[in-house]
Amino acid sequence: MPPRQVYLDNNATTQVAPEVLEAMLPFFKDLYGNPSSMHAFGGQVAQHVQQARERVAALLNAHPDEILFTSCGTESDNHAIKGVLEAHPEKRHLVTTKVEHPAVLNVCRYLAKHHGYRLTELPVDRRGNLDLDQVAAALTPDTALLSVMTANNETGTLFPIEKIGAIAREKGVTFHTDAVQAAGKLPLDMARLPVDLLSISGHKLHAPKGIGVLYIRRGTRIMPFMHGGHQERGRRAGTENVPYIVGLGRACELARVELFEETNRLRQLRDRLEQGLLARIPSTHINGNPDWRLPNTTNLGFEYIEGEAILLHLSAAGIAASSGSACTSGSLEPSHVLMAMEVPFTYAHGSVRFSLSKYNTDQDIDYVLATLPGIVQKLRDMSPFYPKDAPRVVETAS
Amino acid sequence: MWDYTNSVLDHFTNPRNVGEIEDANAIGEVGSLACGDALKLFLKIDQQTGRILDAKFKTFGCASAIASASALTEMVKGKTIDEALKISNDDIARFLGGLPEQKMHCSVMGKEALEAAVANYRGEKVAAHEEEPPVCKCFWVSEKKIREVILEHKLTTVEQVTNYTKAGGGCGGCLPDIKRILADIMHTQAPPAERPKMTNLQRIQLISQTIEKDVAPMLRADGGNIELVDIDGTLVKVRLKGACAGCAGAKATLQHLVQETLRQKVSPDLVVVEEN
Ligand SMILES: Cc1ncc(COP(=O)(O)O)c(C=O)c1O
Ligand code: FES
Repeated sequence: MPPRQVYLDNNATTQVAPEVLEAMLPFFKDLYGNPSSMHAFGGQVAQHVQQARERVAALLNAHPDEILFTSCGTESDNHAIKGVLEAHPEKRHLVTTKVEHPAVLNVCRYLAKHHGYRLTELPVDRRGNLDLDQVAAALTPDTALLSVMTANNETGTLFPIEKIGAIAREKGVTFHTDAVQAAGKLPLDMARLPVDLLSISGHKLHAPKGIGVLYIRRGTRIMPFMHGGHQERGRRAGTENVPYIVGLGRACELARVELFEETNRLRQLRDRLEQGLLARIPSTHINGNPDWRLPNTTNLGFEYIEGEAILLHLSAAGIAASSGSACTSGSLEPSHVLMAMEVPFTYAHGSVRFSLSKYNTDQDIDYVLATLPGIVQKLRDMSPFYPKDAPRVVETAS
Repeated sequence: MWDYTNSVLDHFTNPRNVGEIEDANAIGEVGSLACGDALKLFLKIDQQTGRILDAKFKTFGCASAIASASALTEMVKGKTIDEALKISNDDIARFLGGLPEQKMHCSVMGKEALEAAVANYRGEKVAAHEEEPPVCKCFWVSEKKIREVILEHKLTTVEQVTNYTKAGGGCGGCLPDIKRILADIMHTQAPPAERPKMTNLQRIQLISQTIEKDVAPMLRADGGNIELVDIDGTLVKVRLKGACAGCAGAKATLQHLVQETLRQKVSPDLVVVEEN
């Protein structure tokens, strides 16, 4: 058994907060009524669903009737994209970026391939930034939707959605943002952000997997995704996943209350991890925009070695991290995000993402700083690309 | 846990003047849900005398936000508008026996709600949502606001700016801008480093005075006390007696408070340590 378990893969998924689990349990036991029923049994459950809706709305500074519960972040993205296209049958063009999560990118590519839509995938620069002039130039009278993520899941890089949304609004194009990674980590103020649709996934903010939210600004033209009963005011049929909805509500409440302090603390922890690794391990690079980033994420490229080997050694030492995103790993190509950023091959393959959560401590960081340099050196010593006279890592006792 | 004074805890658990005033003629609203705190202040102002007859509030935020709002309503009742406007956020904090520096933005919010309410009463257009693009996109804080707070509180570090405005407390992307604004202000202001040079004796006197006048009353209000033991170069040795003496976290906060106060009033290189 490794001396310590350190979970640094919170962009893949997070631990369900104990408070969240506790809030959910009654809905697996006594409170099993159907919120649509006309008896008190269901009625009291409906009240809890409404309270959860209000809590999500509070996190986003939105109206409760703008909150639609879905089955996951991926459904929210699908609903937003397909629902808007269907509501604008005369428009045949959509615009997104090369670095979106597959839940957006593959939906767009599917629509292009099988439904004849024109698709523009905007490129990014070496730091993962968009060119805003290119965004503006891509939007035409034929464009039904612009979908640009708030924060990148692999690098944490933030897109300036306040500016991008303003451009979309000026051009009369509906704007969707996948905020799955940003929600709960940074403030999102719908009263200020010019965003029409926004996706959230529960399991990235300490609620369980299998629950999501699509925020739909009042007045946005969009067709329902699931047809059937009248749940969610006819916009998403299917009996509500009450325990999970309640859990997500509680998670959003916690996130809102803790946001300012947690964000600050996390950023300092992240910076200590990142600076510590950069100081100890030469030939290491930050992937993404180091200034405009999620406070909990660092993606580091270690030259001359391969990411999976690093991950397995880390795993043996009790440390969970990831290379590429969980859903894209399994292929041998470096992640589409790093490829789009044209990260040099010498370290694109050796890139590792560490993503923190409120449950990480200073001791976790110390442990990684004490463990990783040795792993990197061991692999480099085996690597044919590693120059013999290259500087070696600095190992510290603590 | 924050080390709150008894007064903060009291105003938090039994907030005064919670609610709305039906016939309020001045309403001020600041903050937003997304920022984590918001305050709506209701005032009933006597049209003839300009005196505030009643004040109530609704707030959404942490313990110090609730306590600050409660304190504010207590402080303004019976005052004229002009008197009330003189209340600074430091006054609010002082009324509560002090707030942790990280929580000063809560008292700033109280002050802003008051200004907004008075503007509303006078029929001025409330500085409609800051239209200029914010420096801090996470917490939507404008350069104007950051400058005001730096000047008003003579802030010198980025952390202080974050504590007072939240700017920089999210992704951190705006930290270089905050640094630039700070540097800019320090540059145009008479450099604060140019304090009159003190003799050693003067410095010791000033430290001792500051502890007696500024620090001790804050602690005493809370059942604690502080004693100056020794000064050795830039090292200030003190003995702390808190209502919660013995609690390591509380001590650390106290020590931080003492150190920050001394750094502001005497010299920025002072280090405060606890002597047992
Ligand atoms: C940016 C982004 N969008 C969407 C998703 C998909 O969310 P879910 O797993 O809830 O379908 C994820 C997580 O894997 C993500 O990181
Ligand atoms: S822009 Fe200020 S903290 Fe993110």
